Amino acid sequence: MRTELSEFLKSKFADSLTEQELFRDQQSFVVKPDSIVSVCEALLNDENLEVKFLADITCVDWLGHEQEKQGRFEVVYNLYSYKHSYRFFLKVRLDGESPCVRTLTGLWKGANWLEREVFDLFGIKFEGHPNLTKIVTPDELEGHPLRKDFPLTWEQPVFSWNKDDPPEVRNER
Amino acid sequence: MSAEKKTVTLNMGPQHPSTHGVLRVKLELDGERVVTAEPIIGYLHTGIEKTMESMLYYKAIPATDRMDYLAPMSNNLGYCLAVEKLMDIEVPEKVKWARVCLVELTRVASHLVWLGTHSIDLGAMSMLMYAFRERELIIDLYEACGGQRMMTSYIRIGGLASDLPADFEKKVRNIIKTIREKMKDYDKLLTENPIFIMRTKGVAVISAEDAINYCLSGPMLRGCGVNYDVRKANPYSGYENFDFDVPLGKNGDAYDRYLIRMEEMRQSLKIAEQAIDGMPEGPYRAHVPGVVLPPKEDVLYKMESMIFHFKIITDGFEAPVGSVYQAIESPKGELGFYITGDGTNIPRRVRVRPPSFVNLGALPILTEGHLLADVVCAIGSIDIVLGEVDR
Repeated sequence: MRTELSEFLKSKFADSLTEQELFRDQQSFVVKPDSIVSVCEALLNDENLEVKFLADITCVDWLGHEQEKQGRFEVVYNLYSYKHSYRFFLKVRLDGESPCVRTLTGLWKGANWLEREVFDLFGIKFEGHPNLTKIVTPDELEGHPLRKDFPLTWEQPVFSWNKDDPPEVRNER
Repeated sequence: MSAEKKTVTLNMGPQHPSTHGVLRVKLELDGERVVTAEPIIGYLHTGIEKTMESMLYYKAIPATDRMDYLAPMSNNLGYCLAVEKLMDIEVPEKVKWARVCLVELTRVASHLVWLGTHSIDLGAMSMLMYAFRERELIIDLYEACGGQRMMTSYIRIGGLASDLPADFEKKVRNIIKTIREKMKDYDKLLTENPIFIMRTKGVAVISAEDAINYCLSGPMLRGCGVNYDVRKANPYSGYENFDFDVPLGKNGDAYDRYLIRMEEMRQSLKIAEQAIDGMPEGPYRAHVPGVVLPPKEDVLYKMESMIFHFKIITDGFEAPVGSVYQAIESPKGELGFYITGDGTNIPRRVRVRPPSFVNLGALPILTEGHLLADVVCAIGSIDIVLGEVDR
């Protein structure tokens, strides 16, 4: 499955595939943001690969790391093929200014909540999402808590005890 | 209510006994029929992922207990396996077998709570007491192992927190024997109970295509006949050595999911029995200086072990730059940990793939167009834990 998959992507999406990685036996591909929907659609509908399960969508914030040069945010799509019992990752790199990528809700309805969560916690916009609203944080909260520049102890809602004077962040880094 | 509006908006929860925590469901009702159902979550959001991203790798283990608090060992195992994969650690055989034994008993404990609460939602009052009575035995085993009854933190990076207690085998055999015996009573109480069947059969139905489209996993997916169990598909922690079946449903309704969970409990007991029969001898922690804590007995008497212990506790260990994902079959479904190391001793990203969260996303399709009373059955049959949904 590993070689088949990379052959498939290389032959069909040579322009949009920018990088391949293999870390701890896990294969991941970096694709261009504007092609993520077409890549996923091709993988989903291919009769041989049958990548039917979108296990997860998440994001990594590389703020302050040397990887930030390639794009601050890395949206990770965790895909799985039942037929081959094989898991791999598609990654999309986005800049920190106005991160935006097309939605996958047209292919998987389960992407709805996963994308809303990434939007809520990282502020990544998913174009074409039917209901891109906050999902876990309170409505009053401004900002996106899982971004690295969001302080660890900041509490914004009105009942907060440290609203005006958040304590210094204790980071063990 | 305005004259032209024909539906009634009803808030179910966040404080409602049948929502199993602080779930709020906004229902639009046309008489008794549900027109739309919108789950609203986040009341229990405590930023566990953010917390885990601000501390040393092994300090995050207690945070994992608090997500799915009904299956603490499964969460410990998922996190520890992911970190072990990131650091490329191989654990001793005994650790693998002990982990499998504990995690399978955890599945039984979690399913028992589900069985009790689901049936009390549907009006079978006595089941809850029976289920909690049997769960108590497993909780006692946790206490004997890790000293804690619920937030165990017993499975650690590279091994276990301490060696298994001396009477471990006796306790596990007693649990297996007792629960096997009692499961016959549960069958008599529920499986052929006409009221229970009427409340669950043909209720909260989802087709196989929809289940895949909604990214479901665990009994929710297997209830419609899709054969995907992480233990079989991508074995971890030595599951390839065990002989067990994966029960599958046909209709994808609440009754099939009930049968699957009951059968899973029997299979889990079978696996736990195999694990206790074949438990190898050996150390309870891997020997990886600088990454895995040395055994506590050595720390007290050996200079070198004490230094390593001190170094790991204060500085942790530096992980390579890279991301790993480790999925396990938790009682609720596929529980995954996506951990990104960035060359420092703090993880850059710890993402939990919560099975309850994803499964709850399918609540609208399970309930819309059906009766209000079936919403209770649908929520119960998804088997959610709000600690994990909101994190």
